[in-house]
Amino acid sequence: MKTLLRELLFPLIAVLAAFVIGGLVVLAIGDNPFTVYRLLISSAFGLYDAMGNFTWDNWGYTLFYATPLIFTGLAVSLSFKCGLLNIGAEGQLYVGAFAAAWVGFTLNGWPGFVLIPLAMLAAMLAGGFWGAIPGVLKARFGSHEVINTIMLNFIAVGLVSYLTQSRYKIPGDAIMQTKPIAEQAHIARFSTLLSPLGIHFPERIPLSVAFLLALLMGFLVWVFLWKTKWGYEIRAVGQNPSAAEYGGISVQKQIILAMALSGALAGMVGIGEVLGYRYRYYHDFSPGYGFAGIAVALLGRNHPVGVVLAAILFGALNRGGLFVDIFTDKVSKDLVQVLQGIIILFVAMEWMFRRMILRKTVTAKA
Amino acid sequence: MLRNIINYTLIASTIRLSTPLILAALGGLYSERSGVINIALEGMMLAGAFTAAAVTVFTHSSLIGVLAAVAAGLLVAALHAVATINYRADQVVSGTAINILFLGVPALLSGALFESTGATRQLSKDEVLPDVMFFNPDSSPMLASVFNQKPIVYLAFFVAGISVYVLYRTRFGLRLRAVGENPEAADTAGVNVRRMRWAGVLISGALAALGGAYLSIGQSSQFTRNMTAGRGFIALAALIFGKWHPVGALMACLLFGFAEAVSIRMQGNVNIPNQFVLMIPYVLTMVMLAGLIRRADPPKALGVAYVKE
Repeated sequence: MKTLLRELLFPLIAVLAAFVIGGLVVLAIGDNPFTVYRLLISSAFGLYDAMGNFTWDNWGYTLFYATPLIFTGLAVSLSFKCGLLNIGAEGQLYVGAFAAAWVGFTLNGWPGFVLIPLAMLAAMLAGGFWGAIPGVLKARFGSHEVINTIMLNFIAVGLVSYLTQSRYKIPGDAIMQTKPIAEQAHIARFSTLLSPLGIHFPERIPLSVAFLLALLMGFLVWVFLWKTKWGYEIRAVGQNPSAAEYGGISVQKQIILAMALSGALAGMVGIGEVLGYRYRYYHDFSPGYGFAGIAVALLGRNHPVGVVLAAILFGALNRGGLFVDIFTDKVSKDLVQVLQGIIILFVAMEWMFRRMILRKTVTAKA
Repeated sequence: MLRNIINYTLIASTIRLSTPLILAALGGLYSERSGVINIALEGMMLAGAFTAAAVTVFTHSSLIGVLAAVAAGLLVAALHAVATINYRADQVVSGTAINILFLGVPALLSGALFESTGATRQLSKDEVLPDVMFFNPDSSPMLASVFNQKPIVYLAFFVAGISVYVLYRTRFGLRLRAVGENPEAADTAGVNVRRMRWAGVLISGALAALGGAYLSIGQSSQFTRNMTAGRGFIALAALIFGKWHPVGALMACLLFGFAEAVSIRMQGNVNIPNQFVLMIPYVLTMVMLAGLIRRADPPKALGVAYVKE
């Protein structure tokens, strides 16, 4: 319990500090920070709309926005556990989404119960392949995964943009998107899931099975990392590669495995995006889910439970940001981006907070 | 058809497109040579681009705009330096945070200042940086198109040249490199590791911001949301492809600028998709890093926080 509190303490300090600084920025711009934050929170978590009627909209969209962040947060934290930093989730989720769409519109004669798992698998395999490349390059040539994942982000975007534009676009379509996937490849939204229970969940909210899948992946990542031999070996490499090598673990193999799995998790963003939301590959759809995944992983302390909580926080910010954009005079939704940046910066400087707090306790004792 | 692509304006446009890359890559060079990874070049460029445009709007002076951009670059760099040098934050994580932060800050501020969705007011032709008129465009259009450029263009090439001298012929350069290769030894020899790294990171902020200023008030006449569009990362790629050497980085930037210039010209002219041409810098950098062309070894202490014993 005490360790749990300690684990929660620093992320909470980072979030609070970010909100304080963000509030000062809002004040400097000329809006009232309390109004902005009240709007942000009520539009992300409120159960009643302005008329006082019950609404699923706020929570529904918050969890919808959290879904891709759970996947990318898990992806980044899995790589962290192996001592690697995968900042290529952005590219991996693009190839994953495209692969899911490709299966969805190419095998359009296949029944849904085959097509849906195949499309999901395609997203994972494509993302996993894209993640494995820097893994292999690191294991084989020792080249730094950070640089390679950055490069692969741009290559991925170029590649899917080319494929969309020159091969799979409906001729004459002004939007950069592929043709639609087969209808039987659509995954269920919460409206469909909850209607047998007599719960009316609006169909327009694109919260889908992908959210449940994200939670399931969180559980599986936890099992994998802490309950299996492979997971143990990945963590051992992350903690001390030379000791792991000495203990008979193949460091190279674990690096490739961790990067491939990390990429597969990032690729799964495509499942919710393509099979549950837009029903096609829509180019440039990600507003930086891959990079936000780094924030989510750090804030969640690389633990699946923390990742889910942090993803919901960021999902809420994204949802609330839209309302801040519309209903305030000066502040735009870019405030959310600013808050995210400050949060990562503070989490990264945890050492500073630790020292400040430790120093206090030391002086208190003396 | 090929004549539409390859002519003297291609040289002119290569120079123009390379300039922001050269400045940012050289900035990255100073930081990384001192041992601090700088993937925040993108954010620093964005901060510079926004500040230059916004300050020029209010002061009607592009010179003050450029100076303000440099100041903004120094501030952003100070953030990276405090986090990584003083508080031992992971250098890649801090860089990522700064990139996310400065995607948001300029957009937030331009929204508030100019009531736009993330752009500054368009500047008039007299307000943006002027061209230096070496040649009369009427009598010698070819020379004028290549050599009449914005002052920052000449500055970029000048900084590349002077950096060779600074890094390899001065005490400052020797110390900067020593701190990036072997901080313990440098420390023992009496070099202030922290101060040298601060210097490296600050220089990178100033130069990257200059590159950003060139984008907003040189090449263009306003700041638009995310107008760097990944140029900070291309600059990083060029730095690596140039093997962390000023001349190498300069050449790599010219090559990548050339690739961009060609890809712009190819649109609607040739059947090779321009996405593939734009990928060239990234693919080359990966191949290079893997040691398949010529091995590139980064500074040995790159990415490692220095803790004084």
